[in-house]
Amino acid sequence: MAVTVKTFASASDAAGALSSDRSARYLGGGTLVMRALNEGDVSISTVVRTQDQALTRIDASGPRVTLGAGVTFARVLADRELAFLHAPARSIGGPAVRNMGTVGGNLFAPNPYGDFTVALLALDATVAVAGGFGSRDIPIEEFLQGRERQAGTLVLSVSCTRPASSEAFRYRKIARIKPKGGSVITLAAHLPVSGGRVAGARIALGSMAPTQIRARAAERALEGRSLDAATIAAAASAATEGTLPSDNALGSAWYRREIVGVHLRRLLSGQE
Amino acid sequence: MTKIPLQFRHNGRNVAIFVDGGTNLLVALRELIGDMTPKFGCGQGGCGTCSVLVDGELHLSCLTLAETVAGRSVETLDGMKQGPNLHPLQRAFADNFAAQCGYCTPGMLMAAKALLDRNPAPSRTDVIEAISGNICRCTGYEPIINAILAAAGGRASA
Repeated sequence: MAVTVKTFASASDAAGALSSDRSARYLGGGTLVMRALNEGDVSISTVVRTQDQALTRIDASGPRVTLGAGVTFARVLADRELAFLHAPARSIGGPAVRNMGTVGGNLFAPNPYGDFTVALLALDATVAVAGGFGSRDIPIEEFLQGRERQAGTLVLSVSCTRPASSEAFRYRKIARIKPKGGSVITLAAHLPVSGGRVAGARIALGSMAPTQIRARAAERALEGRSLDAATIAAAASAATEGTLPSDNALGSAWYRREIVGVHLRRLLSGQE
Repeated sequence: MTKIPLQFRHNGRNVAIFVDGGTNLLVALRELIGDMTPKFGCGQGGCGTCSVLVDGELHLSCLTLAETVAGRSVETLDGMKQGPNLHPLQRAFADNFAAQCGYCTPGMLMAAKALLDRNPAPSRTDVIEAISGNICRCTGYEPIINAILAAAGGRASA
């Protein structure tokens, strides 16, 4: 079925068109919206896009990193300043998908996709969105909780603070096929350490609930402690708390609950 | 529904077509231009057989909105052979039995070309990574990997 494609020079005009039409979807890299059109999704009658250069900008020079929503995973991988995001970017798709798929689109990718967003959730990213009434910043957790309602908002960029060290940010994706494949589960952990003790831990899980979620009980088990075997074991045993995984072709809900603690323990103990 | 005029370079030749809103590049290439080399596999970005190069970069044509390639260069398998001669990659695929049913072959060749254009001396790991978005259900991948390595410099047994 043919749809109407509206192309705008500026992101704000695109945002206006998006917010005023419930059947409009924003087209980023195409890996979600074109797929929906190919599958005959009749809920989409308008496709909105913009050629605004601001959406493809990367600002990675300082401690605060900002990625335009239209930045592709291939560009993340090509940027040395973004080394801390290379593992999640590399875990997505094959080369063609990484040349097309974008950071902004990944925020909307349903299970078993959305791995980059797991990393961003652990990093406490901020999502800048433009609605009908100007732009605003939303904490990523709040954005994800209301994701069903976000179809009418245009994501402009995501930003996060660079982790203090490569040890402080860890990522692990479990897939059936290597080096690509949908996620059985995905884990990311930001573990800032102060005086030998974890301070402000954030653990994010993918494919363990309808959207990416934080493992708050596991975070609490780490807080104020050193990353020793007992602490890691306590966090791992709390990993399923608050999760709501479901069955799909890649794994059952039961299997996901069984393995999430195992992989969290390996992630926290630095095992491959 | 009004048609949208679209011009781009197709294997080095300028083409001008009219597309419906929402038409993907694969449909534009096959049904409007008549280039049947990119194949329709899954329509979801999972199989890679529709792979083409857009400005030298590997893209999935089934997930590419046709009008986004306006003014850009699109290369397909149809443009790979040089006159009557097969491209070295095509020759290597034939010599190494890398094509069986042949359905994945156009995408495999484009993914391989995207790799060798950037990295003329890839490692086996580089090759595996480069074709990781392309599914083959016949060969078990080994002959394809060997063919790409052979095309890159006679290291098929590596």
